Amino acid sequence: MTEQIDQALSRKYEAGFVSDIESETFAAGLDEDVIRRISAMKNEPEWMLEWRLRAYHSWLKMEEPEWAHLHYPKIDYQAISYYSAPKSMKDKPKSLDEVDPELLRVYEKLGIPVHEQEVLAGVAVDMVFDSVSVATTFREKLKEAGVIFCPISEAIQNYPELVKKYLGSVVPRSDNYFAALNSAVFTDGSFVYIPKGVRCPMELSTYFRINEQNTGQFERTLIVADEGSYVSYLEGCTAPQRDENQLHAAVVELVAMDDAKIKYSTVQNWYPGDEDGKGGIYNFVTKRGICHTNAHISWTQVETGSAVTWKYPSCVLKGDNSVGEFYSVALTRGRQQADTGTKMIHLGKNTRSTIISKGISAGRSNNSYRGLVHMGPKADGARNFTECDSLLIGDRCGAHTFPYIESRNPTAKVEHEATTSKVSEDQLFLCKQRGLDAEKAVSMIVNGFCKEVFKELPMEFAVEAGKLLEISLEGSVG
Amino acid sequence: MLTIDNLHARVGQQSILKGLNLQIKPGEVHAIMGPNGAGKSTLSYLLSGRDGYEVEGGSVQFMDDDLLEMEVEDRARHGLFLAFQYPVEIPGVSNMEFMKESVNAIREQRGEEPLSAAEFLKKAKEACKQVQLPLDFLKRGVNEGFSGGEKKRNEIMQMILLEPKLCILDESDSGLDIDALQVVASGVNSQRNSERSFLVITHYQRLLDYIKPDFVHILANGKIVKSGDASLALKVEKEGYAFLGIEATEEASS
Repeated sequence: MTEQIDQALSRKYEAGFVSDIESETFAAGLDEDVIRRISAMKNEPEWMLEWRLRAYHSWLKMEEPEWAHLHYPKIDYQAISYYSAPKSMKDKPKSLDEVDPELLRVYEKLGIPVHEQEVLAGVAVDMVFDSVSVATTFREKLKEAGVIFCPISEAIQNYPELVKKYLGSVVPRSDNYFAALNSAVFTDGSFVYIPKGVRCPMELSTYFRINEQNTGQFERTLIVADEGSYVSYLEGCTAPQRDENQLHAAVVELVAMDDAKIKYSTVQNWYPGDEDGKGGIYNFVTKRGICHTNAHISWTQVETGSAVTWKYPSCVLKGDNSVGEFYSVALTRGRQQADTGTKMIHLGKNTRSTIISKGISAGRSNNSYRGLVHMGPKADGARNFTECDSLLIGDRCGAHTFPYIESRNPTAKVEHEATTSKVSEDQLFLCKQRGLDAEKAVSMIVNGFCKEVFKELPMEFAVEAGKLLEISLEGSVG
Repeated sequence: MLTIDNLHARVGQQSILKGLNLQIKPGEVHAIMGPNGAGKSTLSYLLSGRDGYEVEGGSVQFMDDDLLEMEVEDRARHGLFLAFQYPVEIPGVSNMEFMKESVNAIREQRGEEPLSAAEFLKKAKEACKQVQLPLDFLKRGVNEGFSGGEKKRNEIMQMILLEPKLCILDESDSGLDIDALQVVASGVNSQRNSERSFLVITHYQRLLDYIKPDFVHILANGKIVKSGDASLALKVEKEGYAFLGIEATEEASS
């Protein structure tokens, strides 16, 4: 079965029908023409194409950042294909029944029981397979509440005013190298709008996957929570094994208007590569939210995958009394490298932020926390608390902390605590003396270490995250 | 239950045990006393299988098995329990979670079904009361922020829950005030029966006022130099080890 799927997925598109999943994939390479074709495939309005082209021209003038504590071979942007879509998507399915069963089977193999989730958890799943959204469920129920939750390509068609107003408002087109690339070539992603005063009736969830060899994934997510509204958004992903490195450069923008709250949770499990680090995903993500007066944005992430992770979910605390939070678990093993953290930009008065970062390094991996806390001149009474803990398993891995603190306001308070510890022989011995095997013991110790972060995750996600750590740690003891 | 025959062991280059013999039958309580550096803690770590202790000769039979061939966790699953002298903290892992995993690992070995959360909670609460720890200790991280006395009582609570066959108490009395000592002792006494054996390692006779041993052994220079009944401990308490012609060896690690 697996072989069949793999074969099907690696097959080039041929005219006509075949029973397995096919994809329409552009030849490798990036130029204006590719962008025009992406835009045309999506039937986009002229303003969107214009926007993409501007981003592309900014990108051409930019340099790939080299400041991160990461080492990877130079990426050849001309060797990447910038568009791939499951073929059967031309006629969009109205429900899961209409979804290609082959596709659903792949999901199930990855342990994502879509049906179960719908029924049991009441989660609306916006599935993204490669670059095109396959099925959006529970749309009706959300509609009743006035919530818009749809692929961003659809939002561009149906809600152009909202997209025009907010797209790029938090992460500008030319914000950084990877964001500019994403702005030029993004294929799809999610769009969420919560109207004034509405509490979104369910947790919104998107599963991202990479499934087409050599295809960069350029997701674009935009979430707007209007005044006094609330939404919890879950993003999770797994990816099948690959031989060649795959580039992933997503952009996520959150807008929390006055008194709104957005909770954004991620479980990231991209393919990390084999033991030598070959074949894993390169994950360069720009995630940022803006908080207006009294607004609240909370990022929670559990990062276990990718060969290279470059990711700093951030909050711009623009409005007075707004709150930003960042809870992170990053686990690296094998040859994985992660440079991740956050930026808390305090602009308004009495703004508050909390950063809890837990880094776990095993094998020969390198795990870096990089965080900026900025207190602007008008941020009277602003406060930040940062706790940054690293746990080492074995003696060949590395943990690094790069905190940046900038305070331009004498009334602002910044606290930073950091610890580095090892899973000790004594702890392991205690666990084993109580009948637990070494793997169970390490997974328990690591889960305990992450507890502060896991408790921020929605219940079913927390269980999943715990399991994921356990699976990820298999074989890292001894 | 346990037969130690001519056991020689070293830590690094240092020989610690030099021909130790000891036999423990089901239901017996043996106390081991001895001066610093005699090898008391080495014996407890060696029996429980800690890394870093190398057997140079001799054998240890634990019920039907060759104990020295078994992995640490297998020894535990077969009913060997060590109450630690210095229990370590495992931050963020609740006592309850830890002990439930532990109890179920041991039940699995015995071919029993795992306990449900409700069944386990009931047992855990009883054990908690028995060692006079408030119930919120079940929710707290393993030994996290516990006082010395609380840690020792927590060890005894685990012993009660795990229902081991052989309990090794490694200086469970050290650092305890008299009240805590009585709690620990009564916890231990409540577990005494005709099947379960105890090896009580202690510096002081005081503990043996509360846990009455069937046999007392004096360990010195890596050997048992004298064995007797409870009165031997009283004699040591009164006269020191000098009457046995022993002096503490400073270079050996305890």
